[in-house]
Amino acid sequence: MTIDLLIPLLAATVQAGTPVLYATLGEMVTERSGTLNLGVEGMMLVGAFAAFLASTATGSPWVGFVAGGLGGLGLAAVHGLVTIVFTGNQVVSGLALTILGSGLAAYLGTPYVGANTPGFGHLPLPLLADIPVLGPVFFRHDALVYVSYVLPVLIWLLFARTRLGLALDAAGENPAAAKAAGLSVPGLRWLGVLAGGFLVGLGGAYLSLSYTHLWTNGLAAGRGWIAVALVIFAFWRPGRAVLGAYLFGGVMAFQLRLQASGTVLPSSLLLMLPYVLTILVLLLSSIRGRVKNAPAALGANVEPEG
Amino acid sequence: MRRLLSFAACLLLVLATGLAYAADKEVKAGFVYVSPVGDAGYSYAHDQGRKMLEKDMGVATTFVEAVPEGPDSERVLTNMARKGYNLIFATSFGYMDPVIKVAKDFPDVVFMHCSGYKQAPNVGTYFGRIYQARYLTGLVAGSMTKSAKIGYVAAFPIPEVIRGINAFTLGVQAVNPKAEVRVVWTKTWYDPALEKDAAKSLLDVGCDVIAQHQDSPGPQEAAQERGVYSVGYNSDMSKFAPKAQLTSAVWNWGVVYKYVAEQVKKGTWKSEDIWWGMDKGVVDIAPFGPMVPKDVQDKVNAKKAELVKGQDNIFAGPIADQKGAAKAAAGQKLSDKELLGMNWFVKGVIGTTE
Repeated sequence: MTIDLLIPLLAATVQAGTPVLYATLGEMVTERSGTLNLGVEGMMLVGAFAAFLASTATGSPWVGFVAGGLGGLGLAAVHGLVTIVFTGNQVVSGLALTILGSGLAAYLGTPYVGANTPGFGHLPLPLLADIPVLGPVFFRHDALVYVSYVLPVLIWLLFARTRLGLALDAAGENPAAAKAAGLSVPGLRWLGVLAGGFLVGLGGAYLSLSYTHLWTNGLAAGRGWIAVALVIFAFWRPGRAVLGAYLFGGVMAFQLRLQASGTVLPSSLLLMLPYVLTILVLLLSSIRGRVKNAPAALGANVEPEG
Repeated sequence: MRRLLSFAACLLLVLATGLAYAADKEVKAGFVYVSPVGDAGYSYAHDQGRKMLEKDMGVATTFVEAVPEGPDSERVLTNMARKGYNLIFATSFGYMDPVIKVAKDFPDVVFMHCSGYKQAPNVGTYFGRIYQARYLTGLVAGSMTKSAKIGYVAAFPIPEVIRGINAFTLGVQAVNPKAEVRVVWTKTWYDPALEKDAAKSLLDVGCDVIAQHQDSPGPQEAAQERGVYSVGYNSDMSKFAPKAQLTSAVWNWGVVYKYVAEQVKKGTWKSEDIWWGMDKGVVDIAPFGPMVPKDVQDKVNAKKAELVKGQDNIFAGPIADQKGAAKAAAGQKLSDKELLGMNWFVKGVIGTTE
C-alpha cells in the first residue's frame, strides 16, 4: 500500500473511531464507579436524535452537541433510578435501556428521517494541519474529533490525579470501604452513571452532526455494543480505549479500502475482521495474563442511604 | 303516462347503478413498508406510488411504515385485512412467507408481494426492470468520468444487486470501453455512516463518480463533499447532493399500483408475476443535473427511447464475465431466468460477488 493510500486510510480510521471512542470513555466512567450500563446503544441513539433535533431547531451544531450529551444523560438517569435508587438488576435495566432508547429514537425521529441538519464541517487546524503525514491524519477533521483528543487525557487526569477520581474508583472497587471513609457511594455512582451517559450521548451526536449530517433510523448500527466490548478490551483505562477505538475504526476503514482496491478476498470475510480482531486481542491479552480485573464491585448494587 | 315514464326512468337508473356496483368493486388498498417513508429512498418511492393511486383513481389507502420483515409483519398484514382493506401491497422481499400465510386466512383479499417469487391464488408478485434505468445511468457515468474509475457502493451480493451492477457497467463500457467499475459491499441496506465511508474508500482509490445500490443518501454526501459526481437510486436524490448528482435510477410504482387496483375494481384480477420495465414506465431516470452536457443527454435519451419502445438489448451478447469467459455469444440474449439468478460480474467490474 502506497503512502497516498495510507494517509486517507489513517484519516478515515480516526473518523470511524471517534464515535466509538466517546461511547467507550463514557461507559468506562460509569463502570469504574461500579455500575454496568449495557444501554450504550440506546443512549447513543437518543443522543444522536437529541443532537439532530437541537441543531435543526437552533441552527447551532454546538447546541446540538451538548443536547446530544443531555439526551444520553437523560436516558442514563433512568438506569440510575432503577439500579441506584431501587437497586434493580443492572444487566436487565441496561438491556431494557437499549430497547427503550432505540424505540424512542425511532418513534420520535420518524417524521425527520432523511432530513438534513446543520452539522460540523471540516476545520483544518492552522499550522498543525500542514505537518506532513500527521497533519492530514489527525488535524484535518471536524471540531468534535479534536474534542475527542482532549477527553481521554482529562479522564486519565481525573482518575489518576484527583480525589474525585479516587472516590469514583472506590465506589466501584470497594463500596463498603468508601462508605466507611465517609463517601456517599450512591452519590458517586449517580455521578458515574450521568457523566458516562453524557459522554455516550456525545458519541451519538457525532454520528448525526459530523459523520453524516442527517437523521435516519438505526444510526448507531451496533457501535454502542462495540463500545461495551472495548471497555473490557481497554482494561478500563482511557489510553487503551483510544487504542481500541482506533483499532476498530482502522480495521473497518481498511476492509472497505481493501475492497475498493480490487481484492479477490470475499467481502463477508473482510467485514468480519473488526469483530474477529476484537476477540483475538481479548484472547491474547488474557493468555499473557495481563488482564486487569474489572472494578471489583462492578454490577453489584449498594443499599441506598437513608 | 308521464308519471309512469319517470317511474320507469327512475327504475332504470337504480338498476343501472346497481349493475355498475355489482361490476365495480370498491377498492381499499393497504401498503406495508420496511423502512420509514422519510423523504428519499425505497419506501419513499413506494409511497409516491400510493399517493398516485389515491389521486388518480380516488382509491382509499392506508400504510404502515418501518415494519420489520418476519413475524411482526404477519400481525400488520392481518390487521389490515381485518380492517377491510381488500388489496394489500407488501413492498419488501422479507414479507414473502408472512404474506403467503396470512393470504390463506383471507381468500377474498388480494395480496401483492414486491420482489418475491412465491404466489398463491390470491397472491401475486411484482417488481420492475430497474436494471434498464441503471444501464442509462451507466451511460451518463461513463461519459462523465475522467479517471475511468467509477465506484459502486452496494448492499448485498444477491442477483438483484449484481444484475444492476452489470447493467450499469455495460452502460459505462458502451461509451467508455476502458472504464472500470469498482464495487464495495457494505452488507447493509441502510447505514448512512458506513455507506458514506464505503464511498470515501472508493474515492481514495481514484474513483470520480459514485453510484449506489443503497437506500441512504450517504454515498451522495461523500461525493458532494469531495467535489465529484454521483448517481442516485430509488428516488431523485439531488436535494442531498445538488452539485454531485448526475441522475438517479428511480422507481415509479404508481403504474403497477394503478394497474392492479383497476383489475381488482373490475373483478378481473388474476394472480400473476409482473416484471415490467421502462416500456410501461415503472422505472425511469431522474432529471439530469445541470453539469451533464447536452450531447450526453441526447445520447442517453435516444437509448431511453428504445427502451420505452420495448427494445431491451442490454444483456445481448457478446457478454463476457470478469475472467473473459463468454456468457452470451453475439446475437444471443440472456433469458429472464438467467437474469433473475445472476451471480457473476461482467467484464469491467472490479470486485467479487462473494
